[in-house]
Amino acid sequence: MARVGVFICHCGTNISGAVDVARVVEAAQKMPMVVIASDNKYTCSEPGQASIRQAIVSNKLNRVVIAACSPRMHEPTFRKAVSAAGLNPYLLEIANIREQCSWVHSHDREKATAKAIELVKMAVAKVIRHEPLYPREVPVTKRALVIGGGITGIQAALDIANAGHEVVLLEQEPSIGGRMAQLDKTFPTLDCSACILTPKMVDVANHPKIRLLTYAEIKEVRGFVGNFKVEITQKARKVDYSKCTGCGTCWQKCPEKTPSEFDLGLGKRPSIYIPFAQAVPTKPVIDTDSCRYIKYRQWLAAGEQGKKPPECRICEKICPTGSIAWDQEPQTITEEFGAIVVATGFQVYDHRHYEEYGGGAYPDVISGMQLERLMNASGPTGGEIVRPSDGTHPKTVAFVCCVGSRDQAKGRTYCSKVCCMYTAKHAIMLKEHDPDVQCYIFYIDVRTGGKDYEEFYLRTLDDAGAIYIKGRPSKIYRDGKKMIVLGEDALMGRPIELAADLVVLATGMEPRTGADKLAQKLNISYNTYHFLVEAHPKLRPVETQTDGIFVAGACVGPRDIPESVAQGSAAAAKVAGLFSSDTLVTDPITSVVNRERCTGCLLCVAICPYKAIDCETTRDTRVVAVVNESLCKGCGLCVGACRPKAIDLRGFTSQQILEEVNSLWS
Amino acid sequence: MIETARYAYYPGCCSKASAKEYTATTRLVCKALGIELEESPDWICCGASSAHSIDRILGIALPAHELLYAGRMKLDLVASCALCFSRLKIAAAELKDDDVRKRVGEVLGQEIPGNPDYRVMHILQVLEKHLDRIHLEKPLKGLSVACYYGCLLGRPKEVAFDDAENPQVMDRVVAALGGEPVEWGFKAECCGGSHVFTRPDIVSKLSHRLLYQAKQAGADCLAVVCPVCHSNLDAMQKSIGKEYKEEVDLPAFYITQLVGLAAGLPPRKLMFEKLFVDPMRLLRAKGLA
Amino acid sequence: MISAQNTIRPRPHTTYRSFVEAHIRQSIAQCYQCGKCTAGCPVAYTMELTPRRVIRALQLGLENELENSSTMWICLSCLTCSARCPREINIAGVMEALRLATIGKKPTPDQKKFRLFHDLFIMSFQFSGRAYELGLGMAYNVMSGQFLNMASIIPGMLRRGKLAFLPHKSRGSETQHIFQRLEGQNKAMNQAEAGTK
Repeated sequence: MARVGVFICHCGTNISGAVDVARVVEAAQKMPMVVIASDNKYTCSEPGQASIRQAIVSNKLNRVVIAACSPRMHEPTFRKAVSAAGLNPYLLEIANIREQCSWVHSHDREKATAKAIELVKMAVAKVIRHEPLYPREVPVTKRALVIGGGITGIQAALDIANAGHEVVLLEQEPSIGGRMAQLDKTFPTLDCSACILTPKMVDVANHPKIRLLTYAEIKEVRGFVGNFKVEITQKARKVDYSKCTGCGTCWQKCPEKTPSEFDLGLGKRPSIYIPFAQAVPTKPVIDTDSCRYIKYRQWLAAGEQGKKPPECRICEKICPTGSIAWDQEPQTITEEFGAIVVATGFQVYDHRHYEEYGGGAYPDVISGMQLERLMNASGPTGGEIVRPSDGTHPKTVAFVCCVGSRDQAKGRTYCSKVCCMYTAKHAIMLKEHDPDVQCYIFYIDVRTGGKDYEEFYLRTLDDAGAIYIKGRPSKIYRDGKKMIVLGEDALMGRPIELAADLVVLATGMEPRTGADKLAQKLNISYNTYHFLVEAHPKLRPVETQTDGIFVAGACVGPRDIPESVAQGSAAAAKVAGLFSSDTLVTDPITSVVNRERCTGCLLCVAICPYKAIDCETTRDTRVVAVVNESLCKGCGLCVGACRPKAIDLRGFTSQQILEEVNSLWS
Repeated sequence: MIETARYAYYPGCCSKASAKEYTATTRLVCKALGIELEESPDWICCGASSAHSIDRILGIALPAHELLYAGRMKLDLVASCALCFSRLKIAAAELKDDDVRKRVGEVLGQEIPGNPDYRVMHILQVLEKHLDRIHLEKPLKGLSVACYYGCLLGRPKEVAFDDAENPQVMDRVVAALGGEPVEWGFKAECCGGSHVFTRPDIVSKLSHRLLYQAKQAGADCLAVVCPVCHSNLDAMQKSIGKEYKEEVDLPAFYITQLVGLAAGLPPRKLMFEKLFVDPMRLLRAKGLA
Repeated sequence: MISAQNTIRPRPHTTYRSFVEAHIRQSIAQCYQCGKCTAGCPVAYTMELTPRRVIRALQLGLENELENSSTMWICLSCLTCSARCPREINIAGVMEALRLATIGKKPTPDQKKFRLFHDLFIMSFQFSGRAYELGLGMAYNVMSGQFLNMASIIPGMLRRGKLAFLPHKSRGSETQHIFQRLEGQNKAMNQAEAGTK
């Protein structure tokens, strides 16, 4: 026999301001199986909880209904309180009479009270059908996977490893370092980017708890928090890393030259290459798209059609350790992890989408990242800032902010956050490189939120004498040797035509190509731009809706370096917290399959957003669905989809829901 | 034997006077390519840039008159003038609105069927569609052509058939003719349009910019698809040159003249003598005349 | 009362603005004043109120300034502004709406010649059905006082047979009927509107 206690909260005046609580108490006392109904000013306060505990004991209650705020707010609190009085915490039901009643019906006390009574009535009807539920424990594999070897991933990997756990750091490019490795200086301190990054890269390479997997990609992810099983594709480097010493003879002698990705096409690299001098690992890969011998082999395989490519093989001939491995193929590695940190970062928006700015056709219209490479002493020009078209030193330089940012017409409505600051840095650096340079900066708004950022921006005015022009340019075209920027000086309200030697487009940040595909494999959400979605934008910034998978850095949204590093560390702290116990407790509110009723249509398998349902064959050789309770989030989609009604959701069974609905008619 | 393609054809008001050569060569080239053009005997002005500035419904009703003709004929409607094309296609889009359709129907004195699907094409699209029919008698080898599209083929995007900033259709046609389309940044910048009456200074400035940029890009000539643009760039060229104190001398062909030339149609039928800037010296230099 | 003429007193909700917004089926509030419209406008250099400032004036309700400007008539309807607007506002449509809003009102001296041109253009086909370039040009030159307008090309046009001496007529007199029926419709709508008020 159920003995139900009902506790109604005033929530200060949040509820009692719109709902006549006394009448709700009175009505609740008359509901079936209700032994006691009382109210409280703040039920969530310690005295409020104590009164519930007391009532449970003194009235021998075995079911509890709390009519208060949303269960999202205090359900865990009240479960603990019920549990402390010796009751199974799942014998509790919450009637949300705040968000779903008093707040939305504040204008009509009469109807709000009536609705509150009905919500309580439903909760009572439901709680009578509650069964005790018991959480399960699963073991935790204390080993983390960090995806992305940029500054965020590096920071996360180091912090997790320093907390004493094994880490695999996975990077799709031949070296770790990410975008930060391409930068010349960093704002607002003008630290040399490489000088502060490369020591961390070396730390990663030397850390006994970190294993580097470069030139590798995620193939498939299965499992759940504490127990992920990840298949990784190691791309073919065509170099045997167990033999290679990184002596560098091969990449110095390779005769083939192809545009360097690292230098954004401004310089060239050989076919066997490390992306940049301080690369980690300092061992090369062979780019199969440009390598002469690989092309020769393809030509042979295709039946010797067309022109015969040279049969080069110079690297192989000169390698002192015999490391060149032409027959090396991609390999699949399977690893187990307890947690995954996604730090895949960003790429620079491709300004070829701006046809009005030349669509990438003008060599002297470059991106901010290209300017970084031109300014860098180890860049393609050895740090000489010259026009890509003719190698002359530009004297008038125009900057255009918000290219690929704040532009709905280009499908990029968001602010990329870093461009105002890096453009300020560029103006200061250009003036330092050459005092004769005059910079003009076209902007819509200058945004400098960040420690010492505004002061840094002011230096572009005080020290570098840059002229800021408010107005987004509409067109860039060539006139002789000059590039003409058509803009508006919105402060004067007049059109402006600027003849520049070099135009730098402050292109925004966008997620790496393929971030969406990776998110699908990991079963985490992404937004329309393919930025990954955090569990809560303010309070859970590095968690995702999938337990055990964390996100950090610019793959979540535009971030600068300090924020990315902080997020890397934050994700590491979350991982360390997860790894602090040997087992995990899982929520018992999960689906359960009635194997006798299941017809094996497996619609539930397809519909489950958490990949929590699998199939198995029974002894009488029928195929039936089976729920992995560790993965199930209790969303109930499968219950709705199940045609033979073989699936039910614990804590929200079909019978419980029906009782709730029926109570409204009784 | 190639199959005959049939279109309803809207010549536009300039066809009878300032753009005689455009209409004539359009017909000539289409005939040579086995494309039949059906002209409505009672076509009326599309309203150009005036009607829609004076009265919204008038700006739709005038072109709608022609759309209804094409609809009755069950043919796609082709215009050679870029401005007519734009007005026709915008009207076709506006007629999807029930209220507009009702009002326009009243004004035209006939009911316009619901869910109309009036397909409007520009002659460039027709030429590109039937490119394979052009038999190259005289490829435009060595002729650098700056293709000038004007404002209205790539804008607004609801009616555009090419990129707003860097359209390509005409470049593809010129390339197919053996000519060399030049890369330049002013394919779709305005020439000043009908301001030639009210603010000729604007036309001088804008058209000069176009001519100068085309020349700088290394063009021998311009290819044009709109009578208004053509008159600004060709007829006005000399006075623009005087105003800016520089000799421009950049022949401006209608695209249909170039197609006709490459297809080996007799030069006297291509009406080069109607052009203000004499193209014969250029054509002779390139061995095309 | 002393009033500083330069001081703006915002009136963000005007029927004038509503008329414009209804015409473009968009809200002017979307504009964040980046200036790309003005930057790319081929005639902004000769406007006293540039496209961005037109939108701003609409946002603030500066109706008089808009009505007295000739920006909307200088506008070439080339649609560059609309095509490049990062907020995808149909600015050329705004100009069209502002032109329509001036119809029936007395033109300012600067607006006069533009209005004259459009009126004459329409007259040139209202009766014959098709626009008549020579007649339009001559009438415009005489009535605007710009007698020598395009004089340099007229002999060349004549020599090349590019000017017809007489208007070309469409078969039937359809345009006349269109204008009559339109007038009737507009009258009926105005009466209906007056009736509801």
